[in-house]
Amino acid sequence: MKTFEYKIKDKVGIHARPAGMLAKEAKNFKSEIIIEKDGKSVNAERLMQIMGMGIKCGDVITVTVDGEDEEEATKSIEKFFCDNL
Amino acid sequence: MRKFCGKGVYGALAVGKATFVKCRETEICRCEVSDIGEELSRLEKGKAKAAKQLAQIYERALREVGEDNARIFETHMMMLEDEDYNESIRNIIRTQSVNAEYAVFVTGENFASMFSSMDDSYMKARAADVKDISQRLCECMASRHKRGTVPKEPCIICADDLAPSETVLFDKDNVLAFVTGKGSENSHTAILARNMNIPAVVGAGKEFCEFAKDGDIVAVDGYTGEVFVCPDKATLEMIEKKQKADMEKKELLKNLKGKENVTLDGRRINIYANIGSVDHVGAALFNDAEGIGLFRSEFLYLESSDYPDEERQFSVYKRVLECMGGKKVIIRTLDIGADKRADYFGLENEENPALGLRAIRLCLEREDVFRTQLRALFRASVYGSLGIMFPMIANEWELDKVLDICDSVKSGLKKEGTEYSTSTEIGIMIETPAAALISEKLSPKVDFFSIGTNDLTQYTLAVDRQNPLLERFCDTHHEAVLELIRMTAQNAHKHGAWVGICGELAADTSLTEVFLRMGIDELSVSPSYILKVREAVRSIDLGSPE
Repeated sequence: MKTFEYKIKDKVGIHARPAGMLAKEAKNFKSEIIIEKDGKSVNAERLMQIMGMGIKCGDVITVTVDGEDEEEATKSIEKFFCDNL
Repeated sequence: MRKFCGKGVYGALAVGKATFVKCRETEICRCEVSDIGEELSRLEKGKAKAAKQLAQIYERALREVGEDNARIFETHMMMLEDEDYNESIRNIIRTQSVNAEYAVFVTGENFASMFSSMDDSYMKARAADVKDISQRLCECMASRHKRGTVPKEPCIICADDLAPSETVLFDKDNVLAFVTGKGSENSHTAILARNMNIPAVVGAGKEFCEFAKDGDIVAVDGYTGEVFVCPDKATLEMIEKKQKADMEKKELLKNLKGKENVTLDGRRINIYANIGSVDHVGAALFNDAEGIGLFRSEFLYLESSDYPDEERQFSVYKRVLECMGGKKVIIRTLDIGADKRADYFGLENEENPALGLRAIRLCLEREDVFRTQLRALFRASVYGSLGIMFPMIANEWELDKVLDICDSVKSGLKKEGTEYSTSTEIGIMIETPAAALISEKLSPKVDFFSIGTNDLTQYTLAVDRQNPLLERFCDTHHEAVLELIRMTAQNAHKHGAWVGICGELAADTSLTEVFLRMGIDELSVSPSYILKVREAVRSIDLGSPE
């Protein structure tokens, strides 16, 4: 299991488009990817739930990646956040 | 005639016949079913059909409004595939033994209300997206599905509300304008209208939809958000006049966009934009500004109920710098006083606010507030090409003090290991006659001057600009003012500083040639005047005698 923290830089937070892109990205991996904020956690593949968390600019989220391809998945997801959020 | 007010989302005007588009919402009834498997398979078929439609809409949007805006339909496709959404639908079908349409409808409403209840206006507006896909899915499951009527002749599309997918499907050539009763500026419909360059007003109110009838003549002003139903002659003339001016401006834009600000004999000048909030950056770029010559930072203070903290300011400055993509951005530090006041400053009433404790004077009195702003500015400086400009300088010691504070802020940042750009330019506003008269002493200490002609005129002529009775005494072309400008320009160049004008006079094209001859390097004007000034610059020949 691998974990990293990320502080959201995008001014509108995790809005519809990046949430959709994130869900798509997460589906590429076998690992389970969990986004956690303030004790609430959701699976990164669940677009509506991610949007429902209302993650805003400046919020710090914890991302947990667990599964056989966690090494690669963590790298990709971390890059995804840096590039898009 | 009756007037309605909404929010203009795309500045342009139109007059035409109203065509009401019935809301797509079809009655969804709840029916108990005996064959749950049949409903689940109808759901899957409906989904496949909806996905296909969305893919087509995406393709169309890609062509009409570009990739960035088309992506919303990609998101719609993903929402349609979302597991929670689908699980909820299947669950309702199974547990309540109801028809698939009803399950989709309830699920859509539930998700929409989840978004509506969020405290973020952007997320609130996403409710419309969930409803849009649910509506589509219902239609795809219905045996016979209805489409909104597509206009056959140019008309103004009126509706209670429009879904993004409906907006993009209209034939652009036949849509003069959009007017909706509901809707927010943040909706994708509004964003799409903006990108389709179609005048649009959202949120005109329920009454608009009740009052206006199909075929009524409607005049739409996308600048002000006004909608006139059955306009009278005077209103029509007013709108048509505005429309003509608007077209001319857009024509100008088309011809001048991308062209250089250069005179016939090859002298280049920078034309920048004056803006008062981050929201105006778009207008500046749209009008081809080469930079921001005056970013009034006051709004940060005026719109909040307490001193804006460093982080808030930093994020705003950073955003402007990033949006301008490396182009020069000159941010003026706090220019607040008894006339433009924020209550938390606790300023006393003054008899003469224009001559009172304001701008740099206030900053020097409240050094902590000033330092917060400077820290935010320097921290943001690494995200673009920043210039910091200080208003209302009248004494040399004020500038010295300001420069001292800047140095101390920078060394503080250095000590913490926080980056700032060493190429940040420092400049001052020349808006007091005193500053203009001592400009030779000031110029070696700065990178630039920016002449604020509004205050310079008011202080030089001792005429209150706000008093309409004094209009005939307020000669903005007064030779005393022009002489101060000339002097300032000359003194700036003597010591290698550049000089600009950011007051209203900068947009006065009858003076453009005069300014060029004085050696002015930059003119900063409202975004909507940029191309007018560019046109003037391009017609001037400094090689010919005056």
